[in-house]
Amino acid sequence: MIEQESEVIFNKKVADGTFLMGLRSYEISSGAKPGQFVMLRVRQSFDPLLRRPFSICGTREDDIFLILYRLVGRGTTILSHVGEGTKLSVTGPLGKGFDIPKPGRKSLLIAGGIGIAPLIFLARKIKMIDLIFMAGYGSLKEVIDLESAGLKVPDIRIATDDGTLGHKGLVTDLLESYMTMSGNEMFKVFSCGPLHMLKRIAAITINSGAECQVSLEASMACGLGACQSCAVKSSSDQGMVYYHVCRDGPVFPAKSIDWKSI
Amino acid sequence: MTSINSDLSVKIGTLELKNPVLTASGTFGYGSEFSSLIDINKLGGIVVKGISLRPRAGNPPPRIVETHCGMLNAIGLANIGLENFLKEKLPWLQSLSTAVIVNIYGHSIEEYAAVAAGLKGVEGVSAIEINISCPNVECGGMVFGTDPKTSARVTEAVLKESDKPVIVKLSPNVTDIRAIAISVEKAGAYAISLINTLTGMAIDVEKRVPKLANITGGLSGPAIRPVALYMVYQVVKAVKIPVIGIGGIMNYWDALEFLIAGARAIQVGTANFVEPDVSLDIIEGLKRFCMDREIISIDDIIGTLNEKVDPGGQGTRTN
Ligand SMILES: Cc1cc2nc3c(=O)[nH]c(=O)nc-3n(C[C@H](O)[C@H](O)[C@H](O)COP(=O)(O)OP(=O)(O)OC[C@H]3O[C@@H](n4cnc5c(N)ncnc54)[C@H](O)[C@@H]3O)c2cc1C
Ligand SMILES: Cc1cc2nc3c(=O)[nH]c(=O)nc-3n(C[C@H](O)[C@H](O)[C@H](O)COP(=O)(O)O)c2cc1C
Ligand code: FES
Repeated sequence: MIEQESEVIFNKKVADGTFLMGLRSYEISSGAKPGQFVMLRVRQSFDPLLRRPFSICGTREDDIFLILYRLVGRGTTILSHVGEGTKLSVTGPLGKGFDIPKPGRKSLLIAGGIGIAPLIFLARKIKMIDLIFMAGYGSLKEVIDLESAGLKVPDIRIATDDGTLGHKGLVTDLLESYMTMSGNEMFKVFSCGPLHMLKRIAAITINSGAECQVSLEASMACGLGACQSCAVKSSSDQGMVYYHVCRDGPVFPAKSIDWKSI
Repeated sequence: MTSINSDLSVKIGTLELKNPVLTASGTFGYGSEFSSLIDINKLGGIVVKGISLRPRAGNPPPRIVETHCGMLNAIGLANIGLENFLKEKLPWLQSLSTAVIVNIYGHSIEEYAAVAAGLKGVEGVSAIEINISCPNVECGGMVFGTDPKTSARVTEAVLKESDKPVIVKLSPNVTDIRAIAISVEKAGAYAISLINTLTGMAIDVEKRVPKLANITGGLSGPAIRPVALYMVYQVVKAVKIPVIGIGGIMNYWDALEFLIAGARAIQVGTANFVEPDVSLDIIEGLKRFCMDREIISIDDIIGTLNEKVDPGGQGTRTN
C-alpha cells in the first residue's frame, strides 16, 4: 500500500454519466488484485474534504491502473473535469480482493450498474471458456462497452430496466434463468452492484448452495481500517458484530453478511 | 540561511514529547493501521481509539457523512475492549519510540475507573486521556462532560486508579467550557485536551431522512477550527495546567494558531483521513517555521498571542 501523487493519463466518457480514468502508478498497478480499491482525492481542497473510494477496474502496461466511475455527486463531477497530466493523490491498493477461481468451473460475474468496475478486472484473470458475464443497467445509454476497458468477453448477457438492450428486467432474472437451464452444474458467483441487488443474489446463491462473493460499498473516511466508519453487519453470532468494509472487505463471502440488516 | 537547529520538544508536565504533534483518538486507529504509510516514531505521540471495559460494536451504519469542510461521525465508540487491547494491540505499541496515550471512556464512573485500573502498571502507556463526552447511564444519558461536577467526579475516580498522567478531554457541547476546565483542574487533572466533536446533523432532502442512522453525529474537520481555537484560548486563560489543542488542524499554520493561543501540544484528527502523512508535514512545517525565524525552541512560540491587533493589517503567510 502506498500514498502518492499519480498522473492522470486519460479521463474519458465511456457511457452516459460514466468515465474511465487511467492513472500512472507502478506501485498500485503492479500490486493490485481484482476487488481492491483506491482512495482518491478529487482535488487539493478541503471541500470536498474526504477521499473517494474507487475499485481498480484494470491495469495497463506496467504502471497504469484504471478506475471506472459514475457521476453521482460533487466529488465525481469534479473528477470528471480533471485533465490529462493532472496529479491526484491516491492511496492503494486497499482491502481484500476476490478469490481468483481455479479453471474448470463456470464463473458468473454479475454486475449492477457501475458495480461492473471490479468485475472487469476480475474477468481478466478468468479463462474465457469459464466466464459468463451478466450486466444490468437502467437503460441502453448507460451500457458500458467492455472493449473500451480493453476486455473481450464471448458470453455477455445484458439486462436493462427499460428493455432498450437485452433482457427487459433485472440482472438477477438472468441468474435465475441460468440456474434453471444449467441443472446441477457447479458454478461460482462474483457480484458487485447496488445493495438491493446483492441482497437478492445472496438470497438466491445461499439458497442454492452456490459459492458467492460480493463486493460491498460503505461510507468511508480512512480506507485503512482505522476509523470504523465503514461498518457492515456480520451474519455470525460470535466474534465481530460488524465487519469493516475497507479492511475486512470490500469483497466478502455472501453468507458472511447479515442481509437482514441491509 | 540560518544554522540553528530549532528544538521542537515540549513538556506536558512530566510527559516529554519529541514534538508537539499528536494524532487524535479515533482518527488513527491503534497506530498500526498507518504504519505502512508513515514513520510513526517521528510523531510527538499517538492517542489510540477510545477503549472501554468491554468490546463495543458501535452504531448501525451509515456512521459518517461528509459536510462542507468537515464530516459528521457517529461511530458509537466501537472498540475492541480493554482486554483485547492489552493482548492484541499493546505489544506493538510498546515497540514504538514515541508517546502512546490511551483514550478511555465508560458509561458509568465505575467503568471509567475500571479501565484506568486495568492500565495501571502497564508499560509503554505514557498517559491516559479521558473522553468525558460519553452518556452517563446512571444519569439518564446526560453526557458526563457537560456538567462540571460529574466531570470532576470522573477525573477523581480515574486518578485514584491510575499511576499515569491523566489528561481530560473536554466536550465543546457546553455553555461555558471554562467552568468544566476549572472543575477538572481542581479535581487534579494533569492536563486538558480540547475539543472533541461538535454535535450536529445532516438530512437527505430527497428522502427526508437523517443521513446518519444515529440521527446526530460529531462534527470534525476544518469547519470546526475557529470554534476549537476560541475554546482553547478561553481554557488556557482559565487554568494553569497544560492544554492540548484539537480541532480542524490541517497543516502547520493551523497548528501554530493553537500554539500561539497557548496550547502546549496539538492533536491532528480528521486530517489523517485526507492525508495520512499530514502529521509529519506539520512537524516539518513547524521546524522550518522556527528555523527560518531563528526561533530556538517551539516553547518560545507557545502562548505568545499579542492581543493588540495591529491596525496596519493582518500578518500574511510568508511561506
Ligand atoms: C470500496 C468501494 C469501491 C467503489 N468503487 C466505485 C467504482 O469503481 N466506481 C464508482 O463510480 N463508484 C465507486 N464507489 C462509490 C463511490 O465511492 C461514490 O460514488 C463516490 O464517493 C461519490 O462521491 P461524490 O462526491 O460524487 O458523491 P456525494 O455527493 O458524496 O454523494 C453522492 C452519493 O454517493 C454516496 N457516497 C458518497 N460517498 C461515498 C463513499 N465514500 N462510499 C460509498 N458511497 C458514497 C452517497 O451516499 C450519495 O448517495 C465505490 C465505493 C466503495 C466503498
Ligand atoms: C471518526 C472519528 C472517531 C473519533 N473517535 C473518538 C474517540 O474514540 N474518542 C475521543 O476522545 N475522540 C474521538 N474523536 C474526536 C477526535 O479525536 C477529535 O477530538 C475531533 O475529531 C476534532 O478534531 P479534528 O477536527 O482534527 O478531527 C473521533 C473523531 C472522528 C472523526
Ligand atoms: S473507512 Fe475507516 S475503517 Fe473503513
